[in-house]
This record gives sequence, structure tokens and C-alpha cells, in this order.
Amino acid sequence: MFLQQFANALVLGSVYALFALGFTLIFGVLEVITLAHGAVFMIGAFAGLAVVTKFNAGLIPAILVGMMASGILGWLIDLLAIRPLRKRKFHHLAPMIATIGCATFVISISQGVFGAEIYRFPFDFMPATSYNFWAMQLTLLQIIIVGVALALMLIIIFLLNRTKWGKAVRAVAETPRTAALLGIPVERVFQLTSFSASALGGAAGVLTGINFNAIHTFMGGPIMHRGIAVIILGGMGDIRGAVVGGLILGFAEIMSVAYLSSDFRDAISFGLLFIILLVRPAGIFGSNIERKG
Amino acid sequence: MMLLELKDVYVNYNHIQALKGISLNVAEGEIVALIGANGAGKSTTLNAISGLLKTTGGNIIYEGSNITGHSPQSIVRSGIIQVPEGRAILTTLKVRENLEMGAFTRKNDRIKDNLDAVFARFPVLQKKAELSAGNLSGGEQQMLALGRALMAKPRLLLMDEPSMGLSPILVREIFQIITEINKQGTSILLVEQNAQMALEVSRRGYVLETGHIVLEDTSANLLHNEKVIHAYLGG
Repeated sequence: MFLQQFANALVLGSVYALFALGFTLIFGVLEVITLAHGAVFMIGAFAGLAVVTKFNAGLIPAILVGMMASGILGWLIDLLAIRPLRKRKFHHLAPMIATIGCATFVISISQGVFGAEIYRFPFDFMPATSYNFWAMQLTLLQIIIVGVALALMLIIIFLLNRTKWGKAVRAVAETPRTAALLGIPVERVFQLTSFSASALGGAAGVLTGINFNAIHTFMGGPIMHRGIAVIILGGMGDIRGAVVGGLILGFAEIMSVAYLSSDFRDAISFGLLFIILLVRPAGIFGSNIERKG
Repeated sequence: MMLLELKDVYVNYNHIQALKGISLNVAEGEIVALIGANGAGKSTTLNAISGLLKTTGGNIIYEGSNITGHSPQSIVRSGIIQVPEGRAILTTLKVRENLEMGAFTRKNDRIKDNLDAVFARFPVLQKKAELSAGNLSGGEQQMLALGRALMAKPRLLLMDEPSMGLSPILVREIFQIITEINKQGTSILLVEQNAQMALEVSRRGYVLETGHIVLEDTSANLLHNEKVIHAYLGG
């Protein structure tokens, strides 16, 4: 029983982690809490679904198309809503409000196009195969979700640590001004970050859509709240924090449903967040260092 | 021909006129000192050259072409590298990564040789290459900032207060290194509050007061100028 819940928690937690990773990346580099990340997530899910239903595509193309659609949307949001404010030196609050506007805009348009109904993947999209490990029973779908989420997170971490542009992203995250003095094109790093982080959100959207087999225009809302909780829990802007925080929240939710009651799910998981913040106000990996310049 | 020329440059900074029409130049191979009190506009001058601050008047000419209003990135590409005040080390990156970022605008295949040259000059950086740069002492950070600037193969180095926060022995060492870098062909515009040191290593100097150049002469003459001695050399 416990091991089974462990597996379920891993599935949920790894999707939260993937969503939060993009979220925290944008905060770390652009210093903007983008409240449009939920809408970006939803668009990814719809784009993934569209290629499956229209072109009979498989899982991998669905994820790639979802990532591409969300990446482009995230890039556009930066270009049209965040960048003009950045140019005029409005930081933090004004861009955050602007992203609420973007989210509302995108969700409203989606409702106009897709209506309020719940969309599903074709019945036979994923085979119902399952595998047994010790006392855990994992469906093929669950294994794929965890595998894809972990692979994407490892790829991003590899890119950030090992490539020239990844290091440039970390340099801009620390101090844009110093990065500029080194000849790093800071604006392009902002765009690259917006695109990649949003693409991660899109992948999380497709995986969530398949996991619950439900895609609708409001699906971005609940995960937005969890995403905010996760990046605060892990430490704002911290990559490890997003991953660990996502897994912790996934475990908290699944365990409270399994051993207490589903009514208490959010109360328990957000209560946990509150307790961790009392002990570590900057989050698990957070430091209270303010960025200069 | 002058390597760098500022002609009647104006800069507004936080709604205050920080530079009120300054003109100065650096010839190929020179070390030029720019001295002045806190708030005189020294850093503003360097940041205007680096393209971080917009000029509101005048021209900045580099190798005969007008670079006024160019982006920081294109200015770095053209060979003007600033070592900013307070060193601006990227503390969350490793020492080696800081150096690699210094060569961001250069082709990848040349970086390795450059890195070896910087490690040869600053052995301490090689020893600590894999540590995060936040672990370095003040002196080591200044060496990292210098090494990082050298990674870009600069033609003109803009140095902002390299002596700041360092012990007298380290200040000597850093200035020794600056002189060596200059002898190998890099021109240097040196901003300093430590006027004594700056004028000792430079050939010519400018004195900046509240956004105006009030004096310019050879450094030897400035060291004996009564006004300079009184105001900046503690005489």
C-alpha cells in the first residue's frame, strides 16, 4: 500500500517539479513571477491533444508540439507584455500584473475557441499495460510520465551547467549588468529563458492532460497555485528547490489523500508549506541575498 | 591616431547631469589615469564608454569610428573591456566558468589557449578553478576580474577602482600586473581614488570634478601639481 502510494506520489510530484522548474527559471532570470505560466501549461496540453486527434500523432510528437506551442506563447508574452516594462525599468510588480492580463486573455480566447467542455485523448491512445516492481504496480503511462519529466529536468540542468548559453543564463540570473559587461546579449538570454521555461510548462501540460485524461481551459489554475507554493518552498529561483519542492508537494498530496482524507488534501499540503516557511523563510535551498544591478 | 576619444560627452544619470561635456583620449599602448573624488563622474565615464549608460550629447570615437550609442555587447566585441568597480564576480558560477564567460564573444576554439595563459599569469585561479567564485578572497576576486577581462583579448581595458578594498601589498601586486598587461600591448584607462598609485603607473592623467575635466597633464606633472597634491594626494 505505501509503496503504491509512493509510486503515485512520484508521478504527481515529477509533473509539479517540471512545471515549477520553468516557473522558477523565469523568476530566477527575469525576476518576474509569471502568473501566465498556468495558461501556458494549458495551451501546451491543447496543442499536444490537437496533433494526436488531428494527425493521429504519438506521445513524443504530442509532447514536442506542446512544448513548441507553449514556448512560442511564453516568448510572445515576454516580448509583448514583460519586455516593454523591463525597458522602462518597472520590475517585479508591474510585469507580474501584466502576466495576469496575459493569462486572462489567453484563457478567454481559449474558451471562445474550445468552449467549456472537457477534452480527452482517444480511448486507445495509451495501452493499459502495467508492470509490477516489488509491491508497486506502475502503468506504462506512469512510467512514461516520470521518465519524460525526469529526462527534461536533467536536460535543462545539463544545459545550464555545461553549455555556453546555459552558463550565460546563470550569469544573467545573478547580475544582468555584469553579464552585459562580458558581452552577453542579455535581452536574448531573457527571450531564450522565456521560451525554454514555457516549453517545460507545455510538457507538464501534455503529461498532466494524459495522466488525468482531461484537458480543459481552466486546467492551468490549480497547478499555478501549486507552482507558486513549490518555488517558495524550494527557494525562489533555485533549480534544485523547484525539483525537490515539486516532489515534496506531490508526496504530501498523495499521502494525505491516502491516509487521511481527500478533503484535507490542500489543507495538508499548504499547511506543510506554511510550516517549512516558518522554519526556513527563504525556502529549502533559498538564500536571502538580493540581486544587485 | 587615438585609440579612444571622448568628445564633449554629456550623460544624465538619475535625472542629474553627471557628465557635463568631458573630452579625453587614450592613445594606443598608453595607461591613462582618470582621478577624482567620489561622485565626480569617473564610473559614469567608464559606463558611458561601455554602453551601459546613454550619452545625451557628444561622441565616443574608437579606432576612428563612432561607437556612441552602441550596445554593450558590440562594444565588448570591438575590444573594449571593463573591469567594473567592486569586481562584479559571478559568485554562483565557478572560477573557471567566470573565465569562460569572459570569452563569451570569442570563438570557442581559441578559449582553451586563452585560459591556459590566464592560469599561467594567475596560478591561484587554476588552483581554485572548480570552486564557486564566491569562495575567493578580495585579492583573488580582483585577479579573477582581471583574468576574466583578459579572456576577451582586450585592446582597451577600462579599470574601475582596482585597488578598492585591498591591502597595500595586494594593491602593489595588482598594479604590477596592470603594468605588465599594458607592456604586452593593451591600452588602459584607469579610474582610481588612489591617485598616488594611479599616477605612478600611468603616462598621462585627467582630473575629474563634478562632471568636468578640470586638469589634464602628464602624470609626472600631476604628481607635482599643488592642487592635485592638496586635493588628492593628502598633501
